[in-house]
Amino acid sequence: MKNGELRLKSGSKAMRLVNLFYNPYQPTIDDYYEPWNYDYETLTNSPSKQYQPVARPKSSITGEWMELSWGPNWEDDLAGAHVTGLRDPNVVKMEQSIQAEFENVFMMYLPRICEHCLNPSCVSSCPSGAMYKRDEDGIVLVDQNACRAWRYCVTSCPYKKVYFNWQTNKAEKCTLCFPRIEAGMPTICSETCVGRIRYIGVILYDADKVKEAASVEDEKQLYHAQLDIFLDPNDPAVAAAAKEAGIPDEWITAAQRSPIYKMIVDWKIALPLHPEYRTLPMVWYIPPLSPIINTIEGKGSSASANDIFPAIDNMRIPIEYLANLLTAGDTAHIRTTLKKMAAMRSYMRAKQTNKQPDIRLVESLGLSREDIEEMYRLLAIAKYEDRFVIPASHREEVADLYAEQGSCGLAFAGGPGACGTL
Amino acid sequence: MASQFLWVIVPYLALVLFVAGHIWRYQRDQFGWTSKSSELLEKRQLRLGSLLFHWGILFVFVGHVMGILIPEPFYEALGVTEEMYHALALAGGIPAGLAALAGFVILFRRRLTVKRVRVTSSTGDWVALGFLLVVITSGLSSTLLNVNSHGFDYRTTIGPWFRGLLTFRPDPVYMETVPLWFKIHILAAFGLFAVWPFTRLVHVFSFPLRYLQRSYVVYRKRMPKSVDSLDRAQ
Repeated sequence: MKNGELRLKSGSKAMRLVNLFYNPYQPTIDDYYEPWNYDYETLTNSPSKQYQPVARPKSSITGEWMELSWGPNWEDDLAGAHVTGLRDPNVVKMEQSIQAEFENVFMMYLPRICEHCLNPSCVSSCPSGAMYKRDEDGIVLVDQNACRAWRYCVTSCPYKKVYFNWQTNKAEKCTLCFPRIEAGMPTICSETCVGRIRYIGVILYDADKVKEAASVEDEKQLYHAQLDIFLDPNDPAVAAAAKEAGIPDEWITAAQRSPIYKMIVDWKIALPLHPEYRTLPMVWYIPPLSPIINTIEGKGSSASANDIFPAIDNMRIPIEYLANLLTAGDTAHIRTTLKKMAAMRSYMRAKQTNKQPDIRLVESLGLSREDIEEMYRLLAIAKYEDRFVIPASHREEVADLYAEQGSCGLAFAGGPGACGTL
Repeated sequence: MASQFLWVIVPYLALVLFVAGHIWRYQRDQFGWTSKSSELLEKRQLRLGSLLFHWGILFVFVGHVMGILIPEPFYEALGVTEEMYHALALAGGIPAGLAALAGFVILFRRRLTVKRVRVTSSTGDWVALGFLLVVITSGLSSTLLNVNSHGFDYRTTIGPWFRGLLTFRPDPVYMETVPLWFKIHILAAFGLFAVWPFTRLVHVFSFPLRYLQRSYVVYRKRMPKSVDSLDRAQ
């Protein structure tokens, strides 16, 4: 995204205006899938007959019968990832050849939502100025009234998280459930995740340094540059400056208790998705560890640190793959992160089986006994109130909540919340 | 009387609908104000059709400004003779018009034959297409039937009449000698102006020139409502 100076990969602003009548990079609906529904009425209206009636798939666009050949999550797991997975750019970048044979296959799940980037390329590419980042909480949204369907957001988001609605002819994206966030509630995806893997908290950052951080030459330094613009909410000077800037006290308190600040800055176990895109993404990931531990920690294993660390390089999910996802290819940092997770497991296992935990191992990773126990509590016990520390935004100060109650902003006739009734 | 109706009343009715319609639509229907792109549904035919049509029509528009809005004495002052102007108008106008027509035909055919595009078309789309069809074909016919440089001169007839409309001094007498093809073209164009604000054509006015000056990252601050409006709600 760069040529000495930070710029979008699709070229200059003028270039996008020249291409306004035909966007060469835009995917068509077949690149996603043609939406369909089933003809369920044949099941309920069917007369008594010898064979079961069948509900056939029918296109939601044209209303024609369809032969299904592609759909959402079509190639999940073993259903076809051995074919499409080899085209995965993260795999293509890997130096060692990937093991796609059945007995060596690896699977990991990477739930993706909008990253609500600090340097959002969808916003930068929107000719209408319809896309914006909210000043108070950083949520990136599409103004449905201002969108003029130029569709550059769709092609400019490297995470492919802006979509074009073929019925309303407007762009749509994840809203981070902002009405819930405003009320101090977590997003639906976080609230309902049975694995309790999603965490939400406040991070204070220096918005004036975003451009500088995104312009760092070395891709592998982008992660560190992003860390540098995050501000420590426990630093009295930062808290005072935040207060002066009009940030409410409860937001500063929430930032001090932020679960994600601990994972990102204190323990450095969470990493940004594809930092090399220079978007400074704000949904961070802890790389997965489990597949290795079973072979090393399995029956008869002593589960000592010496066994675990060398084994990290022999994980089913190759380190290089994780590095291509999370650190712009920097394997050293992925290794450290995985070691921290492994050390936490080993420490807690020792503690709970009445053995002496190896504190030197923990300290060698720059963590303390308290850090490990807090990490364990946040990651493994994962209490609701620890995972979600979300201050209310006091919307009553800026809007008439009495008049708004019971209404959904997008549920008007023809709106995206109207469930297809046009 | 007929000429008064056709060349004064009809144009003003159309222009009033055009201006008031846009204001009304902009106030009432921001959500429906969109270029209504169908590139998501079909991309291959759109590429050629859309590029030819849009670029063609842009040059056609520039040509109309040069021929109708800018008065003849202006060119004479620059030393551009009648012959030079006519040659330039034909050299620029015919290719631009043909490009627009070719693009139009491709897009029209696409809308008729590609089922995804057909079923997502609104009545407004068809109405706009119908008017555009008449406007483009009659306009191109007028140009092609007027290749002779000593033929009909729209710069001394249609030009002054149109500028008269804009300055509220309309004079239908200018239109008396105008050939039929030009008349059809003009009336169809005013028909197009009348329906314009109620179709997808409004996207023309959304051409995002302001994008060139806008900051790359757009932040929006929440704006506290005035105490007044909060009080009223209670």
